[in-house]
Amino acid sequence: MTHRTQLQSLFIAAAAIAILAGCASTPLDENKAPVAEKSAPPPAPTPPPAPDTRAVQRVDTAPTQIDPLTDPNGTLAKRSVFFDFDRFDVKAEFQPLVEAHGRYLSSMKQRRVVIEGNADERGSREYNLALGQKRADAVKSRLTLLGATDSQIETISYGEERPRATGHDESSWAQNRRADIVYK
Amino acid sequence: MFRTDLRWWGFCALALCLITASAPTRAQLRVEVTGVGSNQTPIAIAQFQVDGGPAPQDVDDIIRADLTRSGVFRMIDTGNTPIPESARVDLGDWKSKGADAVVVGSVAKLADGRFDVRFRLYDAVKQQQIDGLSYLSSAAELRLNSHRIADRIYEKLTGVRGVFATRIAYVVQLSKTSFELQISDADGANAQTALRSREPIMSPSWAPDGIRLAYVSFETAKPVVYIHTLTTGERKAIANFRGSNSAPAWSPDGKMLAVALSRDGPTSIYTMNSDGSGLKRITNSGAIDTEPFFSADGKSIYFTSDRGGGPQIYRMDPSGGNVQRVTFNGDYNVSPRLSPDGHTLVYVSRRNNKFQVQSLDLASGQEVGLTDTVLDESPSFAPNGRLLLYATEVNGRGVLASASTDARVHTRLTGPNGDVREPTWGPFIK
Repeated sequence: MTHRTQLQSLFIAAAAIAILAGCASTPLDENKAPVAEKSAPPPAPTPPPAPDTRAVQRVDTAPTQIDPLTDPNGTLAKRSVFFDFDRFDVKAEFQPLVEAHGRYLSSMKQRRVVIEGNADERGSREYNLALGQKRADAVKSRLTLLGATDSQIETISYGEERPRATGHDESSWAQNRRADIVYK
Repeated sequence: MFRTDLRWWGFCALALCLITASAPTRAQLRVEVTGVGSNQTPIAIAQFQVDGGPAPQDVDDIIRADLTRSGVFRMIDTGNTPIPESARVDLGDWKSKGADAVVVGSVAKLADGRFDVRFRLYDAVKQQQIDGLSYLSSAAELRLNSHRIADRIYEKLTGVRGVFATRIAYVVQLSKTSFELQISDADGANAQTALRSREPIMSPSWAPDGIRLAYVSFETAKPVVYIHTLTTGERKAIANFRGSNSAPAWSPDGKMLAVALSRDGPTSIYTMNSDGSGLKRITNSGAIDTEPFFSADGKSIYFTSDRGGGPQIYRMDPSGGNVQRVTFNGDYNVSPRLSPDGHTLVYVSRRNNKFQVQSLDLASGQEVGLTDTVLDESPSFAPNGRLLLYATEVNGRGVLASASTDARVHTRLTGPNGDVREPTWGPFIK
């Protein structure tokens, strides 16, 4: 039994070495013999140890650029501007948010955003689509005032078609009267 | 005398192709009549005699439901005994039971599997037959031919063309990422899906041919206007410019479309040929101009604009000239639709925080609220101008409703699932 197991192990090891030795499949033995002869006395060149299949090699990516956009606590983490019913003027409380994005886009000319305008469910879907477009355009014009360029900003509207809140009350409607700044 | 009108047979053949080429019925809408009209004609519609095997549709039930939904008829109980079309009808007896009109009929299954549907309409007051017809009908055509019989009865007794054999289009949202454009009979039955998408669909608009629809689809992550041929499934993006493309409306001759585009700044109205050529901007107010709607004579376009502050209805020439404001009551009036005779404008108006369909007599300036719901959208006239279809919300779910234009009769069409919206009533099929 033991003998047999040893033989088996040997065979498996040999097979493993053969596999690990690489790609060549034919002249390996012929070449190997003379090399082995030359360096006979020192310990025979042991085959490379079978790699540890559980090893984990850490890789570090290049150091990340500090991008204020990714700071979850920064002003730029806020990307929604909310509006009153049938209104598209950016309210004072959202000016700092819009200004922060405007300055950021102005300093990062390679960044692109899509501003998605939305409306609550009341009234006409088509009028709400146009209203969402006006809300998106209102945010865009603020951003361009602060140095963002026209080519950085696309505005689209979903009207009332993609509500964030699906209730049928003022708290849901307030959440849906919104323009979102979406970085691409 | 009995007469078999050959023209109808041609239509039946066409209808057969349409129906058999499409998917089986799904998500049928249920009709509930929630109001009562005045001056209703009492009519007795007896059970039709069924011979030669069961019929897949209950013809007299469909006729009764159609006429009830119109609001102008009151059904007289006819019991459970079928009266065949060939029977001698005792009109004096029916008159004494309160009926002004009597309908009897038969549905006979033929050896080739088709059905011979016959009916006779009697005037119980004048004691005479006023209509009688036979339809050779495949099983698939039975429902359509039932609607056609209801149309004939309606027209004979009211003098107005019936709309029961017309179709409606609407959008159903089944889940957050499942939207369907469906086409059904005017009663909401026989629903078929024309378009299925993961993104919203809105503003379907029938071409005058009743075979093509224009609509807005967000399938490319922005609103784009398509023209879709229902019989073939062929689709073409007709307005796909920078910004929003929306609110398609056909000119009455089907050669032109008006659309709302934001490609040049604020949403404005443009016209184009129905092949997409000849784009022309016709409003330039700097404010929102949207929801164009052609008058039936093609001489005016009604539209929504917030150029005066809030959204109101305006009218202009199709070239964009001669703009006049039309609505003055309330600070939010949207979605204008003009009646086929051009006399009545309906729209959604916000009053005391309720969004309701209002009807404005253009000659007198008289305005009437047509609904008692609070979140109405998308009113649409039946092609005979007697009924209005609109979307509203009941228990947080979108449903379709219809109202008679005198506001007396209200009907609700409720489906088993999904949010139903954006209804639009199709034209008469010639």
